[in-house]
Amino acid sequence: MGPLQRGGVTKMNTRVFSYINAWITKLQSRWQTIVIAIPFYWLLLFFLAPFAIVLKISLAESIIAIPPFTPLINFAEGGVLTIRILFDNFIFLMEDDFYVKTYLNSIKISGISTLLCLLLGYPMAYGIVRASPATKNILLMMVILPFWTSFLLRVYAWMGLLADRGTINNLLIWLGMIDEPIRMLYSEFAVYIGIVYSYVPFMILPLYANMEKLDTALHEAAADLGANPITTFLTVTLPLTIPGIIAGSLLVFIPAAGEFVIPDLLGGGNVLMIGRVLYNEFNSNHDWPVASAVAIVLLLVLVLPMMVYQYYQSRKTED
Amino acid sequence: MSQDIKNDENLWEVPNAVPLIKVQGVTKRFGSFTAVDNVDLNIYKGELFSLLGGSGCGKTTLLRMLAGFETPTSGTITIDGVDMTDVPPYERPINMMFQSYALFPHMTVESNVAYGLKRDGVEKSEIARRVDEMLAMVELSSFMKRKPHQLSGGQRQRVALARALIKRPKVLLLDEPLGALDKRLRTQTQFELMNIQDKLGVTFVVVTHDQEEAMTLSTRIAVMDEGSFVQIGTPTEIYEFPETRYVAKFIGSANMFNGRVTQDGADHIEISVNDLDTKFYIDHGASVRLNAEIWIAVRPEKIIISKTPPEKPGPNQLKGTIHDIGYLGNMSTYRVEMSNGMIVDVTAPNQTRYRSAKHDLDWDDQVYLSWAPSSAVVLQK
Repeated sequence: MGPLQRGGVTKMNTRVFSYINAWITKLQSRWQTIVIAIPFYWLLLFFLAPFAIVLKISLAESIIAIPPFTPLINFAEGGVLTIRILFDNFIFLMEDDFYVKTYLNSIKISGISTLLCLLLGYPMAYGIVRASPATKNILLMMVILPFWTSFLLRVYAWMGLLADRGTINNLLIWLGMIDEPIRMLYSEFAVYIGIVYSYVPFMILPLYANMEKLDTALHEAAADLGANPITTFLTVTLPLTIPGIIAGSLLVFIPAAGEFVIPDLLGGGNVLMIGRVLYNEFNSNHDWPVASAVAIVLLLVLVLPMMVYQYYQSRKTED
Repeated sequence: MSQDIKNDENLWEVPNAVPLIKVQGVTKRFGSFTAVDNVDLNIYKGELFSLLGGSGCGKTTLLRMLAGFETPTSGTITIDGVDMTDVPPYERPINMMFQSYALFPHMTVESNVAYGLKRDGVEKSEIARRVDEMLAMVELSSFMKRKPHQLSGGQRQRVALARALIKRPKVLLLDEPLGALDKRLRTQTQFELMNIQDKLGVTFVVVTHDQEEAMTLSTRIAVMDEGSFVQIGTPTEIYEFPETRYVAKFIGSANMFNGRVTQDGADHIEISVNDLDTKFYIDHGASVRLNAEIWIAVRPEKIIISKTPPEKPGPNQLKGTIHDIGYLGNMSTYRVEMSNGMIVDVTAPNQTRYRSAKHDLDWDDQVYLSWAPSSAVVLQK
């Protein structure tokens, strides 16, 4: 094999290969764009655009018309373009302590519910991870199974259980443990039960995914180095499941804070949550601008702390 | 051999020496599967003991029982005179280096190494001093503040070793300590491990499937198969005097011949090999019966290969043609086909340059094989 002969063949091959390579690279880089573009435009169309509309309405004034709010942009007579932006709705929300109280109450209820979900879900996730493969599948199935039934139906079922003449009270009276029914429905207690029951799977699943990835050898290593089971949990398991705790807590806290069905059905008029206020503003008062402002403020209250957290988290990982 | 330099006497040869680890009649069953089957074992202070075997032979289960992660179905394990049956892992005077290293990913190298001392409530200044000392020993002082994912495989292995050694355990268990390293690093680390063990005087129990690793590291090796020990001995004993065909095949390679005992003297045996027109003469006695069918093993490097026939015909001689040659650089493997079709492997060092006059052995050459009367080993089964 002389160098001349080899050179000739190789040059030819290289040209063909480089052409094919360039073509594949081009396709690959395009694929990347396509794959990212689909969710990007989806979110743009179905999340960001509606959000912009809500924001627009929140800056308008309520009028009796169709649609029931003043337009943002108006061509007055003589072709004068006017843009009306009113912050009245936001100022109204801040000044009326009914709204402030309701926001705080929503955050309190969803915060405590999140904590309860964590206390309940953490050991359950841990148990599922430690179970034998066959049992594991059954247990996971049981966590997911409630989603097969309508959410609304499940909340109605709780009404039947918790009512004054409901299953639980009837059973307790029949057993002779109480004489008078205990008031459970239409209270904060019922709302907590409803939220914790409905959202605990959203806590368990991210925790399960997190714990499943942990190498059991880590627990053994801790034990080997002299850590008893409690110390092992505090120094190894807990710090390594923080990502799961955060993910699960966000998945519970955010929807629970804006929850409407549960406080409405199980809390009645006794439990103030922002979801119900929003519903009332929109459907009963027909005040779209205030309802939109309520939604925007709720979004800010929920999203801002998350963004701050993520900002510090990403700075931490950069270090 | 390392043990010759280290110890004036080998404790396992001393009558009435008290073993550090005493395994008595230990069995471990998982459902209907018996992982470890009624084994007895004594490991003495200062040993570097290897449990060697293929996957599923029970070596890891036995190691995990020593660490306390598995409980024996029956039998007892005693460490330094204390029955370990009811002692949880976190109270045993034993530490383990895990196959996956199991470094805590959320802790720095320093915190990983300090973990064991913190659990014992050692004073902070003392912890810092010992961590420094230990990291200096494994040459990782400058990596103290790194997290495990910022280290190379070899560095992680050394962190795992430092973490397991910092509590100065009586016994260090090592599960495939070099398994995750590439070959070059493995050889280097083998010698480092031996030096560290020598310096600290800790007893090492190593689980490995790599016979080369076991041979270099160990004072003694226990070869395991199907939950039992097949043979326990020094590397030399295991290699030169394998007791069974399994051991002979598992440790190095061996040519195995099936034959019949024709002479059974006190100082020699003569065997007539089936199908081959030759007799084997072994210059040491063995417990065999006359006319019994037995197996004999001859290591490939013990056989002399030559194109010139031996001066006079005699025992321990074979004739064949070269079927295949494997050139390994420092030596070559010749696969020689006998008249009955049997293949005999022979290795010969390439003392001169390949294809020089002396070693000009080529495919299909007719060659003569011979070996010394002391070279063949009688196998028990």
